[in-house]
Amino acid sequence: MENENPGEVFVAFDRVQKSYDGEELVVKDLNLAISKGEFLTMLGPSGSGKTTCLMMLAGFETATYGDILLDGQAINNIPPHKRGIGMVFQNYALFPHMTIGENLSFPLEVRGMDKSEREAKVMNALAMVQMEAFAGRRPAQLSGGQQQRVALARALVFEPELVLMDEPLGALDKNLREHMQYEIKHLHEKLGITVVYVTHDQTEALTMSDRIAVFDDGRIQQLASPADLYERPENAFVAQFIGENNRMQGEVESIEGDFAQVRLDDGSMVKALKVCVSEVGDKTTLSLRPERALVVKGDAQYANMFDATVKELIYLGDHIRSRVSVCGRDDFIMKVPNSSDHHSMRVGQSVRIGWSEHDCRALDAT
Amino acid sequence: MTQSDGTHSGSDAGHMVNGQMVTVDGTPLKASLKRAERKRTLIAFLLVAPLLTYLLISFIFPIGQMMWRSVDNPQVVTTLPKTLEALDDWDGEGLPDEPVFEALAEELAIASANRTVGQLAVRLNYEISAARGALMRTSRSVEDFEPPYKEDFLDAHRLWNDPAFYRIIKREGNPLTASYYIAAFDGTYNEDGEVVLQDENRRIYIDLFIRTFAMSLGITLITLLLGFPISFLMASLPMRHANLLMIFVLLPFWTSLLVRTTSWIVLLQQQGVINELLIALGFIGDDGRLGMIYNMTGTIIAMTHILLPFMVLPLYSVMKTIPPSYVRAAKSLGATPWTAFWRVYVPQTLPGIGAGAVLVFIISIGYYITPALVGGQSGQMISNLIAHHMQTSLNWGLAAALGSVLLISVLILYWVYNRLVGADSLKLG
Repeated sequence: MENENPGEVFVAFDRVQKSYDGEELVVKDLNLAISKGEFLTMLGPSGSGKTTCLMMLAGFETATYGDILLDGQAINNIPPHKRGIGMVFQNYALFPHMTIGENLSFPLEVRGMDKSEREAKVMNALAMVQMEAFAGRRPAQLSGGQQQRVALARALVFEPELVLMDEPLGALDKNLREHMQYEIKHLHEKLGITVVYVTHDQTEALTMSDRIAVFDDGRIQQLASPADLYERPENAFVAQFIGENNRMQGEVESIEGDFAQVRLDDGSMVKALKVCVSEVGDKTTLSLRPERALVVKGDAQYANMFDATVKELIYLGDHIRSRVSVCGRDDFIMKVPNSSDHHSMRVGQSVRIGWSEHDCRALDAT
Repeated sequence: MTQSDGTHSGSDAGHMVNGQMVTVDGTPLKASLKRAERKRTLIAFLLVAPLLTYLLISFIFPIGQMMWRSVDNPQVVTTLPKTLEALDDWDGEGLPDEPVFEALAEELAIASANRTVGQLAVRLNYEISAARGALMRTSRSVEDFEPPYKEDFLDAHRLWNDPAFYRIIKREGNPLTASYYIAAFDGTYNEDGEVVLQDENRRIYIDLFIRTFAMSLGITLITLLLGFPISFLMASLPMRHANLLMIFVLLPFWTSLLVRTTSWIVLLQQQGVINELLIALGFIGDDGRLGMIYNMTGTIIAMTHILLPFMVLPLYSVMKTIPPSYVRAAKSLGATPWTAFWRVYVPQTLPGIGAGAVLVFIISIGYYITPALVGGQSGQMISNLIAHHMQTSLNWGLAAALGSVLLISVLILYWVYNRLVGADSLKLG
């Protein structure tokens, strides 16, 4: 590890395509570079190609076209057992006929390690996930969360530099899942390993990742840090998939520098950040996060100000989730902070709302 | 207030009286539960009742009958009670005294009159081969015997001069006998009335039991070797292809046993397809035709074919439940494909292997029709001999004893399997 360099490319997908039936591409022209020590999450709905990419990296699927490089070497023709990549499976895949200790010892045994060394490493790895007391148990005697920890320890016990995780927390309940998210994140930081993580849960992705690759339809729609992904989605799919957003369809009326004037379907004009539109007449979807739409107080001024009617109020403690009717849409959501004056809003009441042109993004039409 | 009232009655609802949980009105909780469950129990019982009755009549009762027959020994006791009484005073050395012959004459005359002497003659003939002739001939003339009877008897048949004959009558003068079981294990009584092994050239059953077990074991191993790869393939193929393969596996189930066996005869006989083909290809000469049927080879080939589905079905059903992620996990941990298969996949198929092996072994141990048709001499199994004793020699006692031995050895095997593997891990599809 002497030449450890955070910018160094460790795993690379180079123009990778994958088809199962020779007719349809499941993965379409994938290019992705993962640095050493990075925690990269592949996020996407089911059928988006993210698991296929992980399986190609692990060696259980072959790329139909293109190269996958590990540490600068093409690994397309290296069988999975020679890749030295740790993997955590969705259903844990702990061997049911072996004890926890034997499960962990297995990767060391097939590497020809002698018994005393094996035992030390196994106990070490179990200690890492606080499971030392369970070495003699069978997987079926453990709870889901415990099995999860063991699966993690087994993937790490032979000290791989790259660990793949395929929706490892999918079967756990919410509290345990959140707890394990932090635990995995801390292990990643402590061990300095590279992690490629697949999930369809955006909260999980946002919590754990250095970077997130959002997959849809066999392509990476956006590759960015969690903050960038939320704040600056590059297309309507990403905006919709990550977090909540208000979508408004319209047409570009005029363009002024970085901003565009968009005429919505009901005729109202909205000023928005120009992202995916380039000329007048382009169809566009405007995306606005609910917490960026504000109730206008006093004589505050925003680039976009409209009269809205309150349709529904849901009390959620820290904020009031408000559905209002504005710009010809009934499903416009706002998150009104629970400040001392929130009682001023009533269903059926008219309010003046507004938002900044920087928070509203003109994305591709869908 | 309402809240605390609710909590109060809640804790009161299941209180203890004399160390017993009771319901609100004070009936014991267990009794109350039993009453609530009674209807369900009754329905469950009604659902199984028809099958239970059927099994009792058609299975449990006949098996009980069979086992009873293997030890039942009424012939001597019912026909010669007085003779047996008189023989009590005999010391077993030399010939018995006059009272024995007197009783014998009287009882043989009665037996001859109501035609029970035949059964007695057959029964004693199992123990000593001249007994049938002695009893039948004597019973025809016993009416004319005059006291003292001893001399008439001694003149009637040479067997009456043999003290061993009286010992046999005395030994078999019990309502229960072990002699069928002794015969089933190739045992016999020697001069001193001790159980010893038969002369070597008269031993049949032990060898046949060993051969039956060995053949069954061989058939089980062959079906496992043939069935494992096909089950593995079926479990990993998509449903559509797997179903097609399954049809081929199940074909033996759907064809008449006789048709299948006949086709094996066509294929395997001396002038059959395979022999002709081998000669045509020059692998063997015309004088070197292979004997593949009417011997052990024929039985093993045909039975393997017939029993293969019993191995494939449990194997397949177990393999289908093994997710591919286990082998993948093993490979990702650095195991070669062979190690992953042998150390991770195969151990998980053990319930299927166990179930298939137990099924095939138990079925083949009692298999009758195929060995009878294609077994010739060397391919016979124990069930063929049981059938022989039931149909030809009419020694039902011995047939029952052999059948019981078979039944008990299967139960022992099952018990051993249960101890080693656990019967609850059996997966029969």
